[in-house]
Amino acid sequence: MTQPYKELAIQGLWKNNPGLVQLLGLCPLLAVTNTVTNALGLGVATLLVLLGSNLVVSAVRNWVPNEIRIPIFVMIIATFVTAIQLLMNAFTYQLYLALGIFIPLIVTNCAIIGRAEAFASKNPLIPSAIDAVMMGLGFAFVLLVLGAMRELLGQGTLFDGAEALLGEWATVLRIEVFSLDHYFLLALLPPGAFIGMGLLIAGKNAIDQRQQQRQQTEKAEITRARVTGTIA
Amino acid sequence: MIRPISKNALLLALVAMICVGLLSVLQQLTAPRIAEQRLASKMAILQDVLPAAAEQQLLDDCIAVIAPEWLGRASTQSIFRWREQGEVAAYVVETTAPDGYSGAIELMVAIAPDGTVLAARTLQHQETPGLGDKIELRKSDWMLSFNDQPVIESTLSRWAVRKDGGQFDQFTGATITPRAVVQAIKKAALYIQQHPELATQPTNCEAMQ
Repeated sequence: MTQPYKELAIQGLWKNNPGLVQLLGLCPLLAVTNTVTNALGLGVATLLVLLGSNLVVSAVRNWVPNEIRIPIFVMIIATFVTAIQLLMNAFTYQLYLALGIFIPLIVTNCAIIGRAEAFASKNPLIPSAIDAVMMGLGFAFVLLVLGAMRELLGQGTLFDGAEALLGEWATVLRIEVFSLDHYFLLALLPPGAFIGMGLLIAGKNAIDQRQQQRQQTEKAEITRARVTGTIA
Repeated sequence: MIRPISKNALLLALVAMICVGLLSVLQQLTAPRIAEQRLASKMAILQDVLPAAAEQQLLDDCIAVIAPEWLGRASTQSIFRWREQGEVAAYVVETTAPDGYSGAIELMVAIAPDGTVLAARTLQHQETPGLGDKIELRKSDWMLSFNDQPVIESTLSRWAVRKDGGQFDQFTGATITPRAVVQAIKKAALYIQQHPELATQPTNCEAMQ
């Protein structure tokens, strides 16, 4: 991987993660992450829409007049979302029922128009595609972690209902970590989503801070080493 | 001044037309598959409550009724009729419990003409996860307690949750949900029992293709 692509990956997955840093698309993020299955479904759908919209926006970027670029981007995104909705309705009906109104709501996911405006409208096809995949993966990753956290705390399982997304064989994916007579409702209901999200952001910041500190101490050690070097 | 504006307007219109065109094609392509999926999921539930039924015959023999005082909804609901040698052997009734804990609960109930409940399933609900959602067969087998339960004079008082002196378990922490479901199923059975004319009414469902 060459340097600019690596940078795109780091930006999308960590440094500028749409869920954790840009805090975009929180409405679907908080609403559907009560199970891993739902999170995975919405994550994949968002990734596909993002890839499609970034590619098309990048391909037409030289023909779109500056004044009307936003309405055109919105139309492109809306088209992709509707297409995904139709396809999900046709091929993954159970998941379509489970995700419900959150598929049309992908249109309002600011992460997508954000990437179209900030990146794809200024860059050629391949970097735009990579940016879309990395941002999409970053978003899906946050969805999955939050989904796993909430499902595990709330009902003690992972991948419950995965067969709706992946077909009959996926029932074997269901892991019952522990059995609860009563679900831990706080984790399953929206407040749990906000608390979980807060913890994730805090966790990311803690990791970043520790890394920064380590870099500083390393730098300090290096300078000291050189100092001793000159003395000797 | 006018020229760039009209140029932009035309371009926008063109993009809109391309988008609409693409989506219409896609919609045409997926429409049969979507209809199939919808039918299959309805069929799966129908066969779940009435395993004896052969698919097409049951779907074709359907009447649309409006009976809010019995079936809990002000709009039309479908009743499917299953015949054996020309006689109605069972009805599959769409019914609604309007008084769930968070909104209406949509149910599908198979009922014999004498009012015996053969089986019941939940189609749609917004009950609290972990408490009220035990009315889903996926979460708990509570719905199976309705299998082959007669609604006749002598059993009428037993059609209630245990807390109200009936025979059906309530869930710990959730009494409102099962109470609503039990009442809705009882009413649907009484409706079938007291309306024998449903057997002869001509089929008039258009929604079900």
